[in-house]
Amino acid sequence: MTVGLFIPCYVNQFYPQAAIATLQLLQKLDVDVAYPPKQTCCGQPMANSGFEHLTKECNDLFVTNFARFDYIVAPSASCVLHVKEHLHSADDPAQAESIRSKTYELVEFLTDVLNVEDLKARFPHKVGIHQSCHGLRGLHLAQMSELNAPPFSKPVRLLNMVDGLELVSLDRPDDCCGFGGTFCIAEEAVSVKMGKDRVLDHQRNGAEYITSVDLSCLMHLEGILQRNKTGIKALHIAQILNSTH
Amino acid sequence: MEKTIKDHSALAEEFIRDEERVNWHDGALWWIRQKRDMAAKNIPEWEALREAASQIKNNVLSNLHDYLLEFEANATKNGITVHWAADAQEHNAIVYSILKEKGLNQLVKSKSMLTEECHLNEYLIERGVDVINSDLGEYIQQLDNEPPSHIVLPCIHKRKEEIGDIFHEHLGTEKGVSDPTTLTRFARRHLRNVFVTRRAALTGVNFAVAETGEYVVCTNEGNADMGAHLSEVQISSMGIEKIIPKKKHLGVFLRLLARSATGQPITIYSSHFKKPRKGQEMHLVLVDFGRSRQLGRPDFRSSLKCIRCGACMNTCPVYRKSGGLSYHNTISGPIGAILAPNLDMRKHADLPFASTLCGSCSNVCPVKINIHEQLYQWRQVIVQEGYAANTKVLGIKAMAWTLSSPASYARIGRAGRWVLNNIPFAVNNKFNLWYKQREMPGGPKESFGEWYAKNGPKEDEKQE
Repeated sequence: MTVGLFIPCYVNQFYPQAAIATLQLLQKLDVDVAYPPKQTCCGQPMANSGFEHLTKECNDLFVTNFARFDYIVAPSASCVLHVKEHLHSADDPAQAESIRSKTYELVEFLTDVLNVEDLKARFPHKVGIHQSCHGLRGLHLAQMSELNAPPFSKPVRLLNMVDGLELVSLDRPDDCCGFGGTFCIAEEAVSVKMGKDRVLDHQRNGAEYITSVDLSCLMHLEGILQRNKTGIKALHIAQILNSTH
Repeated sequence: MEKTIKDHSALAEEFIRDEERVNWHDGALWWIRQKRDMAAKNIPEWEALREAASQIKNNVLSNLHDYLLEFEANATKNGITVHWAADAQEHNAIVYSILKEKGLNQLVKSKSMLTEECHLNEYLIERGVDVINSDLGEYIQQLDNEPPSHIVLPCIHKRKEEIGDIFHEHLGTEKGVSDPTTLTRFARRHLRNVFVTRRAALTGVNFAVAETGEYVVCTNEGNADMGAHLSEVQISSMGIEKIIPKKKHLGVFLRLLARSATGQPITIYSSHFKKPRKGQEMHLVLVDFGRSRQLGRPDFRSSLKCIRCGACMNTCPVYRKSGGLSYHNTISGPIGAILAPNLDMRKHADLPFASTLCGSCSNVCPVKINIHEQLYQWRQVIVQEGYAANTKVLGIKAMAWTLSSPASYARIGRAGRWVLNNIPFAVNNKFNLWYKQREMPGGPKESFGEWYAKNGPKEDEKQE
């Protein structure tokens, strides 16, 4: 089994530590993982802004980079959801379909494909989970509060394997943080208000860290956490699952 | 593109300036969302009910023509006069002509979002007809000369003190009185007089049953009944999508509607209207007003399944923080944002973008409309039809060009990180909307790609 590591554009540029943690975590679990260096972006920023018709080149590049792998894994629920819902190829539709079905967000790859039962990880802190909407309602990484359906959570399952980690419960466990791609600029006031309210929930409930399967949410929340000097840190879930200190 | 009205973003920013109000508005709606959750979770077959409602509505939309004719025939048989209106103008003209023929210049109206959409009140008032909204929330909004901000809770954005001031100004209550019970009692006394003296009443329609030609109006205040039962002329306005095939289907919808809307098991009044009383006239106006056009849009037709419960508004974090009036459309919130562009794409081009696509709306929707997916689809249509601002088009094109080439992406990424590290003031300034209330992410010296080139397995590089 070879896994292609898909590192979204902004993670590559701004959060290399999360990408390194993802790589190391997969290697620790004996996964044969490779990073195709000529990757850029899944095309989501254009598509969500109404310009899906401009994503052909990104799609083609994605297909070229990742066709040869058995699985494609990324530390980003949002980008994975975009690939799974919108990756198309006029030249090779079958290949695009195959890629859509074998692309996984890191957490679901660990729980559903690798069936990880044990992690040699330690993170002795109080952690609040920020549910990424695309991970929650798009990829069904956990049960959403809207449905009358049995609860489950893949991120919680993994975080419970981390030694010393204490999960804090939130007043609104799956309200959106307000990042929303270009929404965070186009609707700056609403975006920031939503983010501030998420931060307050974590703060009120004693979190030292906010973690998530999506760095896009975390980038937004981190910006607010730092501006408001809360002392709370944002950290991608891969960095916690890979932590040994 | 010239902007004559403020868009959602600008109106929302104004609403958010009063943060204490936003917190209260957000909390009130979240409380209703929680009541809805509890109600939904008390019904073991809740998800099956949603699926059944969705399928019934799919069937209705696929056979709308036949059901409408069946309903018309049965309603006519029952003694109701059925009218057809292609648009708002026709609807308003029909209502006016009914009143005029009877020589009536006063109308009491229970809640009807359709008549709000059609701006019936303005139309009638211009022609000398005195219209009073009898739903308390709508009554307050009418006194304050503002449209409803929420389809179920028309004045949810107003605090009780503001309502006290409005009552003082318009109805002469004592200044400073804001106790809800006192104000409600006062409004009730005032409206009782209206009900008793008005000879014509207008109601909305929640469900119209094709099989029997009857229709159901759901209220909590009994105001539709008060108006209708005391009237000589009862007029009801309904969008053509409000049809359901059989009476037995009502059980599915009545169980879903109030639970989704407010968390109540059922509305206090679910009134069935079938035929006129002796000496009474009943008119029903079937209104298209863009609905058949929406039915013809494959990606958006299922928006017509909506039963107007407002659950998508209560759950929507953007709605909760920005208020219904920021959507500048009668139907606000997520459902409004997928209905409005059908009516006027230019005017409502901003609404599908007033969302983070979080998907909560689609999952509380009792008829399972894929609202967030339709928001995404509307964005594509709006851009393709040329309603996106030029600056945005240029920006996205530049982004697409950069991300299409690994070399230019790496170059620009490096440059960006260098700027963040070395001349942060170039981006950390008032022109950067991110920076206004958020710190920028740090600019690491190395991207992951650069790190991997140094630390990754060498054979993999050769393979590429």
